[in-house]
Amino acid sequence: MPIIKQKDYKTWKKFDRKRDLQNWLCWFLGTLIFSFCFGLISSKTIWFYVFDSHNEALDLLGRMFPPETNYFFTLIKPIWDTLNIATIGTTIGTLIAIPLAFLSANNTTPSKKFIRPLALFCIVSSRSINSVIWALLLVAVVGPGVLAGIIAIGLRSIGFCGKLLYEAIEEIDENQIEAIEATGANKAQIMTFGIVPQILPAFTSISIYRWDINIREATVVGLVGAGGIGIELDAQIGDLAWAKVSVILLAIVVAVVFSEWITAKIRKAII
Amino acid sequence: MNDKKVIWKRKPLIKNRLLRIGLILLISTYLLSVFLTTEIDWQRILEGIPRGKNFIFAFFPPDFITRSDEILAGIFESLWMTIVATIVGILISIPVSLGAAKNIAPKFVYFLSRGVITLSRSFQEVILAIFFVKLMGFGPFAGMVTLSLSTIGFFAKLLSEDIEDINKSQAEAIKSTGSSWFQWVNYGVQPQVMPRFIGLSLYRLDINFRESAVIGIVGGGGIGSTLNTAFDRYEFETAAAVLIVIISIVMIVEYTSSHLRKLIK
Repeated sequence: MPIIKQKDYKTWKKFDRKRDLQNWLCWFLGTLIFSFCFGLISSKTIWFYVFDSHNEALDLLGRMFPPETNYFFTLIKPIWDTLNIATIGTTIGTLIAIPLAFLSANNTTPSKKFIRPLALFCIVSSRSINSVIWALLLVAVVGPGVLAGIIAIGLRSIGFCGKLLYEAIEEIDENQIEAIEATGANKAQIMTFGIVPQILPAFTSISIYRWDINIREATVVGLVGAGGIGIELDAQIGDLAWAKVSVILLAIVVAVVFSEWITAKIRKAII
Repeated sequence: MNDKKVIWKRKPLIKNRLLRIGLILLISTYLLSVFLTTEIDWQRILEGIPRGKNFIFAFFPPDFITRSDEILAGIFESLWMTIVATIVGILISIPVSLGAAKNIAPKFVYFLSRGVITLSRSFQEVILAIFFVKLMGFGPFAGMVTLSLSTIGFFAKLLSEDIEDINKSQAEAIKSTGSSWFQWVNYGVQPQVMPRFIGLSLYRLDINFRESAVIGIVGGGGIGSTLNTAFDRYEFETAAAVLIVIISIVMIVEYTSSHLRKLIK
């Protein structure tokens, strides 16, 4: 942090001249990239609709209020389905993620050359395909319904849980493993008594975290036919029944806040 | 004495026996009720297996060539959308995250900002996209607005948690020099959260790209539109190509962003 001499007094500046110049250049390049990208987007936008959107929004809000409260009772089953999709999907996802994580962690993988890259590939491809796309594919295979949603959420969760879990496995304390090894334990015993207790806290917090995310995801898999509240949402938007749509949106907010509250409670109870 | 073997048993995970049994009962009743209330059409699934096989085989071989210009256009549109949305989202998130930090904001602002965050986090990107597409018309602009708004929930939440964890004495030192509020934030708070800020921005860039692949399905532009069109035309070879392209770009983005994050740390 340099002190700059002006004519007759000294003043402090955060950065010296070189750093200032660098910062300026970064900002300049950033702005350039931003305006370039925005220009491309803007060229594909019909601005008339954008400038008109506030009228449209007011119109939409007018149609959404007052919400049709009676409709809520028909929503109970879809909400229950949504919760199930998230819960069972998370369970399946984490169960498959455990062996994958062991196969892809540097210190537990049986073969660094063949199995590890394969397991990592499974994890990455599961992560990079969004659950909606998984659902889109699965609806075609197992038919529309809750099952497709469960599998979609499960498949998407494998990557997330697998990645965080194998990072946790790689960070375990090797001394404990050695201690178990010294008692003459075999590989399976080392696993159950040396590694599992060390990653159990990480495992629980990862699965709870994923469950919380999955509640949100489970609300949209229905849009492509995979069960849950998304199906209702899609149907009511299709019918332009906005007073019912607002009830659905409220239900989603409530479900999400509820799941966040529960996860916070469980996390506190465990830690 | 000697014929009785001493066996060590691992301690149970939950010490209270009643709680243990209660939890097992609770979980099994839940699973049973799920099983009873979900209608699974086994007939349809059995029928679906050969159909699914055909469906999956229809993806092979992936066809990059026939629609290559559409795929390229979709990818670039997704990239523009991602960059603009991340920057706009972060710019909006900065004031929100300052407002959502308990140690900086007054109570009223705090609850307002927390409300904004919860609202933005509640709705999945796809749901937001449906509405913005309706309000602003098809195309990347609606997608960009969606992504920027959902960036707020993620970014402001995590950043505000980091702001709450800052070292108070450093911030106080700045305050004691008689700084204005903006100077205080700029010199006392900002340097402390900067590493996290950069890490989160890169992480969000990565997420936004992945999400841009789905909001296209509901009309938000980008590679998702290309994917959706391919499905609608029953051109599964092209759809496979699009999926492969998405996976590989996500891999590249993720690899570089995690590498950069490590470098910054």
